[in-house]
Amino acid sequence: MDLTYTPAQQAFRAEARAWLAANVPAQPLQSFDTEIGFAEHRAWEAKLNEGRWGMVTWPTELGGRGCDLIEWLIFEEEYYRAGAPARVNQNGIFLLGPTLMEYGTEAQKARFLPRMATGADIWAQGWSEPGAGSDMAAIRSKAERVGDHYVINGQKTWSTRAVWADWVFGIFRTDPNSQRHHGLTFILLPLDTPGITVRPIPQLNGLPGFAEIFFDDVKVPVENALGGEGMGWHVAMSTAGFERGLLLRSPARFQETARRLVQLYQDNRELADQDPAIGEAVMRAWLDAEAYTLATYMTASQLVKGSKIGPESSTNKIFWSELDQRMHDTALSILGLRGELLPEAPAAGDVGQWLDGFLFAQAGPIYAGTNEIQRNIIAERMLGMPRA
Amino acid sequence: MDFSFSRDQLLFQDNVRSFLINEVTPERIREMWLSDTGRSDALWGQLVELGLSAMTVPEDDGGMGMNELDFILLAQECGYAGLPEPLVETMLIGVPMLAGLEEDHYTFKQHWLGRVAEGRARLAVAEPGNPLVSDAHVADLLLLAHGDEVHAVERSAVQLTRNQSVDPSRQLFQVQWTPTAATCVATGEHGRRLWAGAFNRGALGSAAQLLGLAKRMVDLAVDYTFERKQFGKPVGSFQAVKHLMANVAVQIEFAKGPLYRAAYAVAGNLAEQAVQVSHAKLASAEAALLAARNAIQAHGAMGYTWEVDLHLFMKRAWALDKAWGDRGRHKGRIRAALFEGQTALGAGSTF
Repeated sequence: MDLTYTPAQQAFRAEARAWLAANVPAQPLQSFDTEIGFAEHRAWEAKLNEGRWGMVTWPTELGGRGCDLIEWLIFEEEYYRAGAPARVNQNGIFLLGPTLMEYGTEAQKARFLPRMATGADIWAQGWSEPGAGSDMAAIRSKAERVGDHYVINGQKTWSTRAVWADWVFGIFRTDPNSQRHHGLTFILLPLDTPGITVRPIPQLNGLPGFAEIFFDDVKVPVENALGGEGMGWHVAMSTAGFERGLLLRSPARFQETARRLVQLYQDNRELADQDPAIGEAVMRAWLDAEAYTLATYMTASQLVKGSKIGPESSTNKIFWSELDQRMHDTALSILGLRGELLPEAPAAGDVGQWLDGFLFAQAGPIYAGTNEIQRNIIAERMLGMPRA
Repeated sequence: MDFSFSRDQLLFQDNVRSFLINEVTPERIREMWLSDTGRSDALWGQLVELGLSAMTVPEDDGGMGMNELDFILLAQECGYAGLPEPLVETMLIGVPMLAGLEEDHYTFKQHWLGRVAEGRARLAVAEPGNPLVSDAHVADLLLLAHGDEVHAVERSAVQLTRNQSVDPSRQLFQVQWTPTAATCVATGEHGRRLWAGAFNRGALGSAAQLLGLAKRMVDLAVDYTFERKQFGKPVGSFQAVKHLMANVAVQIEFAKGPLYRAAYAVAGNLAEQAVQVSHAKLASAEAALLAARNAIQAHGAMGYTWEVDLHLFMKRAWALDKAWGDRGRHKGRIRAALFEGQTALGAGSTF
């Protein structure tokens, strides 16, 4: 155990810090769930890629830096510290990218990864269906093999970023006689394919952060299947693993929220201390953000040494999503009557983005596998309790 | 940057775990409750034979010269086993305190440290502010506070009054003694430093044991939920029971990082050790208390009996939660550092 950064790691941090200081937009971009904001964020992805900062863990020939996970954590710390824009292509670079590297053919990698890296293709995800949420194996959307094509019919929902994205990945039932997690195939397809209808769904903040996707006789070449026909569940589980695991929610994000929360508390201390529970909650927010960081560094250190992520990674998602809710609850308590005001309200003053973060935090325990499902996974796979 | 244990450290943990599982069974712990001292010279002898009493004793004094980080996984296993013998307290508090004495006590400390390493002496340390000293009755040498001073007093020179604990494995004593110039081994700033170090090491050792206890209680409860059947199924197949256990598992996972970082900080005598130890103690204590509450619930009425082993571990957790700083005290240290101190905040500030 050595809890200090090597000179090379320090130099890497300094390089990232300097580039971000010179390139992060001075004015925050508009939300990527608006048309203008989406385009701004796409341009930012291209800029990141020019500086070879788009996905530092990717190999150099794909515009990455071949970084290990410790370096990735360092980059993320600098990224959040710099207040850089949210990653509009996170479905692509964090979820699909690693899956493509594991299961894709050389042709698929060459076709999809470079355009993903530059932001030329922004990806949406197509997991859930109206009847398949927590019970994802209940998927009914069909992809029927006809010669060298699939013909897709059905419906996906809660497809994040689908309103302005270019491509969608998801799993479809290719064997009409199959049950549950058998007979599914992981398929990639452009959202402008004839027969696709995208219906935006406004989220709690009023913006269409996700959408329903309807498929009516949508023709997709078979080479768009990833990981082999009938292997969809297996491939999807690996994607879901990345999602729950390290990449999607790096600790830096929660550490920055905790830092802002401590600041908010200090700035409003007299009022806040009328309820002693608030000081305690602020302290715990900081401790828990630290604990999440420590756990992530422990996991990253194991992975760098060659170990695999086990079922204990299901504890991550519960921990960060519930931490995020607590932190934003606390912030709104400190803001008191101003807590309900949108930032543009005349009397809002310096309420900042707390309300927006609070709304988004409500989704954390639901997406990427509800926390109830995560608790079942922990009980059954980590603790070995009997299945229902 | 490498936040992981070495192969050797993990191997040693495995060996000690196997030993403790085989030798410190719940049956043996219950037998020890019936003995006069509540302690077993035979068991202590086995620990000595494994080299455990020499772990943190400096090499120059006949020990293995290992630090708090090397010992932390073993302390966790002692908690898991519910070991009644004061191995963690001796290795993490008593020995480093003696080893921290200044050179004018060279002969004295070499004498005692050598005897501890060989298993011929045990130490007890009084937590400042706590009127009760754990295991004073089997200690050959007691380290006691008189203001900031550290006094080393042989057991023959003190009078002990036993105090019964909720945990029959705990042996607690009021100590009557008279400080003299001859017993004083450290004063002033040096004494304050030794007591501050003892407090951090005591809290660290308690935290490690609490985390081990939490894991043990989960394991016992999970086993029980397989055996116990209602509505024709093991009760562990019900989601409500699963979630009781999953919630503890989450707390345990996220107490590990704070614990190991605190051990690293204490071993390296880093400036942040006080806050980091307090974080570890708070996180481990909360994991253990939740484990106790949810494990007894998963056991149903059986968990409330003397017969089922759960209480061996549950009661230790209730007791250790208060030892070497209760949650209020540790929260106070964290709060002061966070709101009145110079604590670095935000992304990239952890290490």
